[in-house]
Amino acid sequence: MPTNGTLGQNLNAPSIEVSNAQFAYGSRPLFDGLNLVLEAGRWTCVLGPSGVGKSSLLRMIAGLLSGGNDTAVRCGDGSATAGRVAYMAQRDFLLPWLNVVGNATLGARLRGEAVDLDRANALLQAAGVGEAANAMPDELSGGMRQRVALVRTLMEDRPIVLMDEPFSALDAITRLRLQDLAVRLLAKRTVLLVTHDPLEALRLGDRIFVMNGSPAGLGSPLEPAGRPPREAGAPDVLSGQARLLRELAEGGK
Amino acid sequence: MSLSYLRPLIICAGLVAVWQAVVTFTGVPAFILPAPYSVLLALVEDGGLLAGHAGVTFIEIALGLLLGVLLGAASGIAMSFFVPVRRWLFPVLVVSQAVPVFALAPILVLWLGFGIGSKVAMATLIIFFPVTAALYDGLRRTEPGLLDMARTMGAGRFAILRHVRLPMAMPAFASGIRIAAAVAPIGAVVGEWVGASSGLGALMIHANARSETDTMFAALFVLAVMAVTLYFAIDLVLRRLITWQPETYSSDD
Repeated sequence: MPTNGTLGQNLNAPSIEVSNAQFAYGSRPLFDGLNLVLEAGRWTCVLGPSGVGKSSLLRMIAGLLSGGNDTAVRCGDGSATAGRVAYMAQRDFLLPWLNVVGNATLGARLRGEAVDLDRANALLQAAGVGEAANAMPDELSGGMRQRVALVRTLMEDRPIVLMDEPFSALDAITRLRLQDLAVRLLAKRTVLLVTHDPLEALRLGDRIFVMNGSPAGLGSPLEPAGRPPREAGAPDVLSGQARLLRELAEGGK
Repeated sequence: MSLSYLRPLIICAGLVAVWQAVVTFTGVPAFILPAPYSVLLALVEDGGLLAGHAGVTFIEIALGLLLGVLLGAASGIAMSFFVPVRRWLFPVLVVSQAVPVFALAPILVLWLGFGIGSKVAMATLIIFFPVTAALYDGLRRTEPGLLDMARTMGAGRFAILRHVRLPMAMPAFASGIRIAAAVAPIGAVVGEWVGASSGLGALMIHANARSETDTMFAALFVLAVMAVTLYFAIDLVLRRLITWQPETYSSDD
């Protein structure tokens, strides 16, 4: 298997600082004056119930949503996040008229750049879908489709990766496998994973924030021991689940 | 041969039998309702004449379809891509649909003459709106998450239109073309009724004036066969080209 040195070329992952994030859905403020730091080269998980504003926060960091006037999203090295972010959603968004390789190399095609087929094939191989390179999306299972979506995200080779519940539509076993794969392939990148699954956050996160309330705020981060991906039965994962569930439930009152 | 192939034949035979029965038992005069056999005779005897007129009508339909689809596609894309075009053109298009297009036929004949020009214009006019509306609607309904992803990949508006939105809108566009194929013959024939020296519609008007009802029926038959063949040929081509259409078959069995 190729190492990350060959698959990821410009890994100089910055930290990201979000300050005073504001966003209102109509007249209802989802969050107001929210601060978050994503540490460089590590996984940060934001855990929260549906509709709390996790996705909006993620889209704000991606530059897809503008916050309030005082809202600032900056990289630790002082530059903006524009052009340094790759985005992966819950749905795979594979284009049905392109085969697997075509989908994996979509970014280059959209930017009018030359397509790096060697790298695409190497990454598809690493993600366990090398055999399906010429298959059409509708011939693939949900897990395989999400693997291809992961490869497409990696093809962007961005130092920052934002993931919006990318594994939540998968069955339990497929989800565990995809989580392991993502940790391996996204090593050394600054990752933000938004999820509503405490187990997922505990397996993958270096730091885990619970997002709760209305307008929503972030609690103090939980930093489980050990390196991701953690075993589902590891002590910190089990005790962490109890704590996270409790924090989630408190916010629901 | 299974029943599903035989069924259309059985239906046709049944209809002809009912037709013959009406003629036989009511003794209706031939200039009101000719017997199936005399229509068949007219089809054979006037074969050359019918073919010539059918050729003219077919050219009108084909040119009208081509122009209507091209203009409709152009305006659909322009409306979706340029906001001012949408703001100015869309209300005009909607209001224009309140005008009964067939009432324009005499004016078109006055302006464009008795040749095929006025009939092509008539067909183009009635095709234009369904094609525009279908494509515009398809372009508008692109998945927002997909657009988010394309934007984080650094795609410009035109690249998104070309690589994502247009292909995504193809099934909707195909529906528009199917409707166009079904209504194009109506436009051509109405144009011929109002004023023409050739074409199946003109032949019907002239035969009517001379009480050659069997020729009228023969012309109607040729027109129906042509329209149905055109529709299914276009449907077949669209199915072959656009394979990513999520087809759901329902069954009564």
